[in-house]
Amino acid sequence: MPNISRDEVAHLARLARLAVTEDELDTFAGQLDVILQSVARVGEVAAEDIPPTSHAVPLTNVFREDLVRPGLTQQQALAGAPAAEDGRFRVPRILGEEA
Amino acid sequence: MTAATVLDYDEVIERFDPVLGLEVHVELNTHTKMFCGCPTTFGAEPNTQVCPTCLGLPGSLPVVNRVAVESAMRIGLALNCEIAPWCRFARKNYFYPDMPKNFQTSQYDEPIAFNGSLDVTLEDGTVVTVAIERAHMEEDTGKSLHVGGATGRIHGADHSLLDYNRAGVPLIEIVTKPIEGMGERAPEVARAYVSTLRDLLRALDVSDVRMDQGSLRCDANVSLMSKGATEFGTRTETKNVNSLRSVERAVRYEMTRQAAILVEGGSILQETRHFQEATGTTSAGRRKETSEDYRYFPEPDLVPIAPPAEWVEQLRATLPEMPSERRKRIQADWQLTDLELRDLVNAGAVDLVAATVDAGASPAEARAWWVSYLSQEANSRGLELAALPITPPQVARVSALVAEGKLTNKLAREVIDGVLAGEGEPDEVVEKRGLAVVSDDSALYAAIDEALAAQPDVADKIRGGKVAAAGAIVGAVMKTTKGQADAKRVRELILERCT
Amino acid sequence: MSDLTRLTAAELADKIQKKDVSAVEVAQAHLDRIAAVDKTVNAFLYVDTERALSAARAVDEDVAAGREPASPLAGVPLALKDVFVMEGAPTTCGSKILEGWSPPYDATVTRKLLEAGVVILGKTNMDEFAMGSSTENSAFGPSRNPWDLDRIPGGSGGGSSASLAAFEAPLAIGTDTGGSIRQPGSVTGTVGVKPTYGGVSRYGLVAFSSSLDQGGPCARTVLDAALLHEVIGGHDPLDSTSIDAPVPPVVAAARDGARGDLSGMRIGIVTEFQGDGYQAGVTAAFVQAVETLKGLGAEVVEVSCPHFDYALPAYYLIAPSEASSNLARFDAMRYGLRTGDDSANSAEQVMALTREAGFGAEVKRRIMIGTYALSSGYYDAYYGQAQKVRTLITQDFEKAFESVDVLISPTTPTTAFRIGERADDPMAMYLADLCTIPANLAGTPAMSVPAGLSDEDGLPVGLQVMAPALAEPRMYKVAAAFEAARDAASGGALIHRVPELEA
Repeated sequence: MPNISRDEVAHLARLARLAVTEDELDTFAGQLDVILQSVARVGEVAAEDIPPTSHAVPLTNVFREDLVRPGLTQQQALAGAPAAEDGRFRVPRILGEEA
Repeated sequence: MTAATVLDYDEVIERFDPVLGLEVHVELNTHTKMFCGCPTTFGAEPNTQVCPTCLGLPGSLPVVNRVAVESAMRIGLALNCEIAPWCRFARKNYFYPDMPKNFQTSQYDEPIAFNGSLDVTLEDGTVVTVAIERAHMEEDTGKSLHVGGATGRIHGADHSLLDYNRAGVPLIEIVTKPIEGMGERAPEVARAYVSTLRDLLRALDVSDVRMDQGSLRCDANVSLMSKGATEFGTRTETKNVNSLRSVERAVRYEMTRQAAILVEGGSILQETRHFQEATGTTSAGRRKETSEDYRYFPEPDLVPIAPPAEWVEQLRATLPEMPSERRKRIQADWQLTDLELRDLVNAGAVDLVAATVDAGASPAEARAWWVSYLSQEANSRGLELAALPITPPQVARVSALVAEGKLTNKLAREVIDGVLAGEGEPDEVVEKRGLAVVSDDSALYAAIDEALAAQPDVADKIRGGKVAAAGAIVGAVMKTTKGQADAKRVRELILERCT
Repeated sequence: MSDLTRLTAAELADKIQKKDVSAVEVAQAHLDRIAAVDKTVNAFLYVDTERALSAARAVDEDVAAGREPASPLAGVPLALKDVFVMEGAPTTCGSKILEGWSPPYDATVTRKLLEAGVVILGKTNMDEFAMGSSTENSAFGPSRNPWDLDRIPGGSGGGSSASLAAFEAPLAIGTDTGGSIRQPGSVTGTVGVKPTYGGVSRYGLVAFSSSLDQGGPCARTVLDAALLHEVIGGHDPLDSTSIDAPVPPVVAAARDGARGDLSGMRIGIVTEFQGDGYQAGVTAAFVQAVETLKGLGAEVVEVSCPHFDYALPAYYLIAPSEASSNLARFDAMRYGLRTGDDSANSAEQVMALTREAGFGAEVKRRIMIGTYALSSGYYDAYYGQAQKVRTLITQDFEKAFESVDVLISPTTPTTAFRIGERADDPMAMYLADLCTIPANLAGTPAMSVPAGLSDEDGLPVGLQVMAPALAEPRMYKVAAAFEAARDAASGGALIHRVPELEA
């Protein structure tokens, strides 16, 4: 049975890019614990040989031909951008992989 | 950045066995992206080849490009892989501003092609069989431009600018199984593998395979194990390896760097490193606060791919002659020695020579131009042979002009130089530079008479039967005609004049 | 004029074609009604007055010119859930994080509506990113249930259901991931249909849980829902999960059902969806409905679907998992809200600060649950196991449909609860979707049709009818027959018993 600590909530929040507050850590820890204990009930079902369902309708091989379709103009693409510069989306400095 | 200590290469080999794993990303040359109908042309204005899907706008959905799947299967078949009878896309979840959805649609534990092999011929003719783990489909990311800070690099930048034209371009990732037992030849094997794979992909016509433009990219996993050990050491993954030469250098450098740490009793950190072209070294990436957990799960917006056997066989039938077979055929057709063939291959000139021959040149002529003259030119420019601004038909035309006696070999080289300098087609260069052989006999007679008059003693010797003396007059005529006369013809005319 | 808002979509379309009334008058009547009551109901987040009137004018021009109507719903007003994009109209999904975003494209559903001459009045309120059962999770305040303004109109599509019950629109579009069309329909005394997964395109539907989300029609009558279903349904090459088959003939089925003969029809009551935990008035209305169905000639039996008990936990693993990935794109880089961009913060920090500020508590909870369930080490026990339970639920349906034509249950265990009553108890809120979730997991169609009013509170109760994949006509037939019988028994449509709203 899960037992979600504050630290685990903090870890999940980091993975999910949520700058949660200290208060939220406490609230969420309690709530997630209750919810996860409840949903863990799926484990009661004996399903060893049961195949998982990822798609509700069993379709396969749906393709598009390799044909160009009109897209957006640069102006349309950037219209919703919080900031733009030189035809590009302007974003804060990126803490990249490369040091 | 302080340079890391490295161990002498011979000592590395004495004490350790290297293990390689190579991951090659190939951008396909489909007209449109992996999951949407946006064009994939390189070098377009930023954010002009985008749509709701590749920008990851809310509500947008992906639809798989049929040709991209066919290319993936053809690559798999050419690499002797099994083609999955059923596979899915998966989402690889991580946040990064160049990735519009903050997940990459990729394949995880169900690649479309797996368990293959590729035979790689080293410079001395040794053949190494590299086992292929898998080839899977995924999408490329956008490109970021880092503004402010030192040199446009990410570190110290003030902000970044994002262009999503490349986001969603189809990629095939080809992953080798661990390559062991190569010893000191490991760096050479790495280079030869990438080179052979590139030739294969070019023959399949599935990608531009331009390492300089990023349509072929290689990540090199390197680890060392002590002689006699049975377990692999900790590996590093080196990215940013942008040329064949860099593949070899990066592997070699990592071997020496890791060895230096290991002999001091240290341990290797499993990490991503970046190759620095200028110094030939690798440097560590930024340490992450949390370990990556990509939370893969099957992509619910796409349905599984289950290629029927007929489709696979149909694609198998479209496979072109493989580069290795082609080489064998060429060697026989052109009657090349093993050494000549190897030179041709090592110069990366097989396709170019073949195309030149197809355009009408003789194999010997075509080979001579590409393997010697143009290879030197490419080296001095730091370019790959294929990247030189001259085409096989242009070389064939120059070759034809020589055969027709309209150019001497020396003039022909000037014409080639002219084409390389962007002066136009060979005939235009001949015209503009006035390089045609002087074949007007009257003009030559005038020059010959002038030379004979200037050197009466030589003229007398010739008239006296000393034919060899004609050389001096030939030289003088060639000088007057600035080398544009056919020396053989000049000689004939001199002898005619003196009898 | 005001009685125009009381007509059904079918009646309005007919009057417009007969020139009894113009489409502009119809649109204006509904816009006036919105202006009068929406301050109270809060069903709309955006009213697109000018484009609505111009679309209506285009229909009137067609009528005047004697052209064939673009569809049987030409000129009929509709309320679009704010989870479908429409070029030039803000799309918020009930979230602050999409602040200021105006999509540059139309959803396929939007395009089909416009092409059909349907007059889109505006965008309706919803729980943030469709996560909730009450609209209390909307960043723009809850919508209110016209039956009792202190109560919820259901969720997530509470704006759409409230707009129908408040006579602000005769038609609405909803999306149903775990019950977000049917449960609001149930608690507002309206009709809500979740088609077979893949029956209505998801292109342009802002994803909550991709493998469960399904757009569908909302209306005040079964026939109106069927008419709308045929307009929005059908194959879409832009949605890979769209079914490449004609829309099932649901209008014909609804008309057939309205004749009131269900003889030869076998109906199964889901054993697991009754008993403790069901409000007495809900059970009473359901039992009454069963009697009505028997009276129409149907054979009613009880059928056990043992794995339905695990639908709720499986859903609350699958949906949050997919949501955690679908909602990752809201990162302040390309559109929407950006917070904390003060040149000191990195892109990573701005992402985290924006997501913290832009998402509400329920969305954050689900993102974290999904992140947890997909994490390495937990995947098999949670997400993987939930996907297996999903298979078992599908098998339960298949087995049940071997012996019955449709399954029935109450749509939701209780009538509309009071605003605030479950706000601090996520698990209590989740129970509202108990009966509706299995159809989402199996991808099968299901609908809610008003069953009657609950004795203890006088609030509407919904009857859920579930059918096999692509067998929508069966479900529409049963619902239409039931609707006709129920209306006849109580002397008129239930919806006309909604209290008059203070304008």
